[in-house]
Amino acid sequence: MEEFVYDSVYLSSDDFREGRVLFEMWEPNARYAWDAGVAISRYLQGLKAAKLIGRSCPDCSRVLVPPRMFCESCFYPTDKWVTLRDTGTVLTFSRCYITWDLIQLEEPQMPAVIEIDGASSGMGIMHMLGEVDPEALAIGMRVRAVWKPPDERSGSITDIAYFRPLEE
Amino acid sequence: MIRDVAIVGAGWSGFRSVTPELSHKELMYDAAVRAYEDAGIDPRRDVDTFVTVGEDYHEGISIFDEYVPDQLGAVQRPVQSIAGEGIQGLASAVMQILTGRFDIAVVEGHSKASNIMTLPHVLAFAMDPVFNRPLAVHPYAIAGMEMLRYLSETATTPEECAAVVAKNRSNALFNPLAGYGASISIDDVLIAEPIAEPLSRLECAGHSDGSVVFVLAAGESARVLSDHPIWIRGIGWANDTFWLESRPWGDARYARAAGEMAFRTAGIRSPSKEIDFAEVDDTFAYKELQHLEALGFCSWGTAGEWTLEGGTALGGEFPVNPSGGALGEGHLLDATGLARVLEVVLQLRGQAGQRQIDAAEVGLAFGWRGVPTTAGAAVVLSN
Repeated sequence: MEEFVYDSVYLSSDDFREGRVLFEMWEPNARYAWDAGVAISRYLQGLKAAKLIGRSCPDCSRVLVPPRMFCESCFYPTDKWVTLRDTGTVLTFSRCYITWDLIQLEEPQMPAVIEIDGASSGMGIMHMLGEVDPEALAIGMRVRAVWKPPDERSGSITDIAYFRPLEE
Repeated sequence: MIRDVAIVGAGWSGFRSVTPELSHKELMYDAAVRAYEDAGIDPRRDVDTFVTVGEDYHEGISIFDEYVPDQLGAVQRPVQSIAGEGIQGLASAVMQILTGRFDIAVVEGHSKASNIMTLPHVLAFAMDPVFNRPLAVHPYAIAGMEMLRYLSETATTPEECAAVVAKNRSNALFNPLAGYGASISIDDVLIAEPIAEPLSRLECAGHSDGSVVFVLAAGESARVLSDHPIWIRGIGWANDTFWLESRPWGDARYARAAGEMAFRTAGIRSPSKEIDFAEVDDTFAYKELQHLEALGFCSWGTAGEWTLEGGTALGGEFPVNPSGGALGEGHLLDATGLARVLEVVLQLRGQAGQRQIDAAEVGLAFGWRGVPTTAGAAVVLSN
């Protein structure tokens, strides 16, 4: 069978940088300011005050966190604010050795979903674990929120610095 | 069509230039609850398939369709999203019902235009990155160039375009939903500052936040659910070439093709005789005229004169945009065409209040995806 071999050159990043290869480059200027609405506003206000707020569904009686104005399961409007404890149980976690912008890490980040005490089973919030040996992480671990000092809290999910193991 | 399909529920929320009190999910929930109540259905039990219309760049989130099921009652159900004009989403839901696999479908479209801080930049990002974007012109310049070419090819006058604004914003005064109602004169429009000549500021629709939800049902289900189903007789959509360098600037060919497809499915031979009123895209005032001609409601180049003489006014022989259109309600991004459909539904049901058209039996809605696109979709609805 006849083989076709074409003349070719290898391109280096210098070829692009120095304009020997033609290309177009664009960065989108897309900025947004989302309306938080009723449920998220109340949640963020709670975080600023070092409180976790949930919302309960009168139909299935679940307590939802983060709070929302409707139950996705029943399609029913939720009707009550519930202040939850800032402790919970690790539902799942990972030891992650790359940052979101692909920098390799020696010490892993420890993202986890934490089922919050007072919310319904399976209702958790996603956050980070800290003050814990990565190798000691386990599903079912009991943890507590470590809040930033009041003057550093801005009404954001990062008002909780991380969750650390609970001494019981 | 091989199966009858009807709209049996309609809901809406927002239609204001800002809606800071509600998140986009709460806005959608509000519209969905109304639509389901209107149709008398429980979405968790009765709906077979859901379609949402949106665009990641408008949402400010990649893969936005992940964030829609909860507020529509669509968790653990078939959900599809369409990055297109709202009526293209409606077409998708109609086709799903036509397969015979689904009996009840929900279509949703929404806008949180007020949340996009750099809307002109997001719009400009739709322009060709090699041929057009480096020139750094505002996309509305495309509308200006198109309007000029349309005026010169048809001898339509700036006054006739301005008459569209005066009519639609006045119609909006009779529409409690519409946020841009105003009593303004043709002269007010003509002396407003130019955005991109010959297009003046008042000839460009402002933006609105809002959500529109419809419940669709196949024939037998529709008759069971509703005493007054609004039948989808025909639906069509089309794109033209994207080239700014060689597109047909005077004639909205995409509207012609979309209309012909819708009329063919509906068995309509003479749109102007068989259809009583229309809601057509008026994102820019001249677009209403261009679209009316392309859809065959009047002959080429005569829509302007017809409008100036009052033929398309609320009490005219063929009312156009009785809702106020996008000029009167505000442009709802990807949901704009669904807002056109909403008014057709309300008119056919006799629920249009002070702006009710007498003996409205058959109506058309036409949506355009906006600059720089040549994408349009048309739907014919009847009692």
